[in-house]
Amino acid sequence: MQQVINAYRPCGVAHDEMVGTDGLRASYLELAESIGALGVDELEARMEALRTSYLDQGVTFDIGGEERAFPLDVFPRVIEQETWTNVEAGVRQRVAALEAFLADVYDSGQVFSDGVVPRSVVTTSSHFHREAVGIRPPNGVRVHVSGIDLVRDEAGNFRVLEDNVRVPSGVSYVMTNRRAIAAALPESLQRHRIRSVAEYPQRLLAALRAAAPAGVTDPTVVVLTPGVYNGAYFEHALLARTMGVELVEGRDLECRRGRVMMRTTHGLEPVHVIYRRVDDEFLDPVHFRGDSMLGCPGMIDAARAGQVTLANAVGNGVADDKLVYTYMPDLIEYYLGEKPLLPNVDTWRLGEPEALAEVLDRLDELVVKPVDGSGGKGIVIGPAASRAELDALRRRLVDDPRGWIAQPVVQLSTVPTWLDGDLVPRHVDLRPFAVNDGNDVWVLPGGLTRVALGEGELVVNSSRGGGSKDTWVIAGNATPEAVEEVAPVHPVRMAQAPSEGPAMHAPDPASAEQHGQQQQQQQMRDDVEEEPQC
Amino acid sequence: MLSRIAESMFWIGRYVERAEDTARILDVQTQLLWEAAPAQEEETCRNLLSIMGVGVEDDEPVDTATVLAHLVHDINRPTSVAANLAAARESARRARETLSEPMWEALNSTHRVVASGQLARMPLASVFTWVRDRVALVNGAADATMTRDEGWQFLVLGRFIERADMTSRLVATASFRSTAGSPWTSILRACGGHEAFLRTYKGLETDRGAAEFLLLDRLFPRSVVFSMSRAEQCLDNLEGGQRAGFQNDAHRLVGRTRADLEYRALSEVTADLPAEMERLQRTCAEATEAIGRRYFAGSEGTYWMGGRVS
Repeated sequence: MQQVINAYRPCGVAHDEMVGTDGLRASYLELAESIGALGVDELEARMEALRTSYLDQGVTFDIGGEERAFPLDVFPRVIEQETWTNVEAGVRQRVAALEAFLADVYDSGQVFSDGVVPRSVVTTSSHFHREAVGIRPPNGVRVHVSGIDLVRDEAGNFRVLEDNVRVPSGVSYVMTNRRAIAAALPESLQRHRIRSVAEYPQRLLAALRAAAPAGVTDPTVVVLTPGVYNGAYFEHALLARTMGVELVEGRDLECRRGRVMMRTTHGLEPVHVIYRRVDDEFLDPVHFRGDSMLGCPGMIDAARAGQVTLANAVGNGVADDKLVYTYMPDLIEYYLGEKPLLPNVDTWRLGEPEALAEVLDRLDELVVKPVDGSGGKGIVIGPAASRAELDALRRRLVDDPRGWIAQPVVQLSTVPTWLDGDLVPRHVDLRPFAVNDGNDVWVLPGGLTRVALGEGELVVNSSRGGGSKDTWVIAGNATPEAVEEVAPVHPVRMAQAPSEGPAMHAPDPASAEQHGQQQQQQQMRDDVEEEPQC
Repeated sequence: MLSRIAESMFWIGRYVERAEDTARILDVQTQLLWEAAPAQEEETCRNLLSIMGVGVEDDEPVDTATVLAHLVHDINRPTSVAANLAAARESARRARETLSEPMWEALNSTHRVVASGQLARMPLASVFTWVRDRVALVNGAADATMTRDEGWQFLVLGRFIERADMTSRLVATASFRSTAGSPWTSILRACGGHEAFLRTYKGLETDRGAAEFLLLDRLFPRSVVFSMSRAEQCLDNLEGGQRAGFQNDAHRLVGRTRADLEYRALSEVTADLPAEMERLQRTCAEATEAIGRRYFAGSEGTYWMGGRVS
């Protein structure tokens, strides 16, 4: 096995996280040694045990109705404390700016008046919901949970690839991966001091409770899932279970007199905070899709009336819009008066004529992405595309420049990955998860590392054969630094208390058609499974 | 607890029990089938299917293979062991956050064997042992790790209503014509209660004694009266001890049937065994409906009929 480690060779252009120009990096010495001490057969046996345990436990995700074990590579990724401290601070800063921006968008819109972002960028976003204007979250938090996707570029610097502040998923795999790897590689784990990921559910629950409507001292928190056919159902159940709260479906809920209630064996009981894992458009058929079976009519009005808190807030999708992403460095400076700690990947806004001209010129060397990023559909990787594809793309860009952005192809960093009895470099990204309880943005140490299993492949999503890795943040000796208070430079004016919402529509009971429900549950976009990365 | 989850728990209890009892009944009946004269095979198979609630056309040929497809292997037939194990696992998946981890894993890994087709490849005798073992594991994991809250009461309620129903079906097979002597011994064996019966009746093995033991014994955990009493207890616990009367239809049905069995003379109960057992099965079905109305009602989806409001 030691030979396998010694024989490992990075692929070239990309930054390799284990091997640098001077050989093994210090952060991987212990790991390489302890895994090196195992035989190849032994490692294979442990991989097999790991796969079986995931199937038995039902650690799975759904693709088109088929349940599969979530793929986990046995070789962990190591991030040293120093690097992590930077990432953590950068994610915190990013979330603070996103919160300030969303509060502004759904309130006075000062950022537009001050000319930082054109108002049209937001109003033309498909995720901007007028329905959310005037809903004031009780403790000011809209981004209770975020997953900021990061990649490491050729120089090894972390960069933000995209922001996910709607319903980011994948955190359950961070927790189960750690447990599985602890069982598979106890010797390696023991030689490190690794920061725990186990406290996530308690942090999340505390943040959700802190977001309860005013005057509710002991709030009832629930997790709202589209149902068992949803790709991330395993995660929804795990979060509900580890927080000790109910996992509800839309059909368990009912709105009465402006409040959201759930059906129990003892009648209707009030619900105060809903950690919803259902997309905006499916939440409330009164305001959004009239045919949705996944939500509950009246939920938005209850939120507007301050009777229930939806986490994450409705309308957060404007911040996920990839065109808004291009403004994030400016927004960090505008709201926080700070330089961005994590840079973006360079991005062209195609609405700007010179940028469009340049991109059209260099289409064969760039990545072009649709701005609403739904399901990763429509992404074109220039170097891998055919002439006909590029021609078709060119026409689409000219027709709808608002709908697209372009980026250079970033060679994501690589981490050794165990494939077919050999250790080979494979590209990875990282999704750290942050929880905002209104006082502090807490970042889960590590996050979900996704790995593209094909050679040279830059797309890490599971539905295209991607896997995951346990991500170890090595605990340093320093005590954790005190949490910085982030004071906005441009405080956002709060709107007047909202007037009473429109009258509630009572639901018409009818037998929900099973098939339709299943369809909708599957239709739901799931970030982890669907969004390609490059 | 959520009505929908309560319903899932109840059905997990039922499906798991049904899988086990179906295996137990078949274990005995396949033995008898192989001992029986070939001429009797078709008749015995038809009787068995009818007792298990499987409808077959009169002109459809029926043999042992048909029985095994309907009751053991065919995952698309709701009466089969395979389908029941799959359904239990599906209900468990919907109630995942309320189940203990060991119980979920026991159900999930059991289902994996069924889904992967391994069950179909096992020799028949091993299938029956395997099902009993797996169900013991599921129930044991549940017993050892779940708090005795409402969810537990629904799980146990489902288990014992199903058991009362299935024991009555098992007892009904006693009326099959057989060349192999008294069917009661094998029925007792199927319940795993033959030794207990011999001890209780001091070795005096009579048909009357066996019927009494399986229907009325208050200490034997698979008897009809024992099962009904446990179901009553669960309903009691769910209602939180009322001072007078029974507000709950299910409670009334189960209690009345149990008392009726206990207070009538045994000879009266066994006079027409098939009809009596069918009545018991009807009670179980009605009680299930009443439980649904009382606790699970409203867990069905509501559906917004309006269009988009702009």
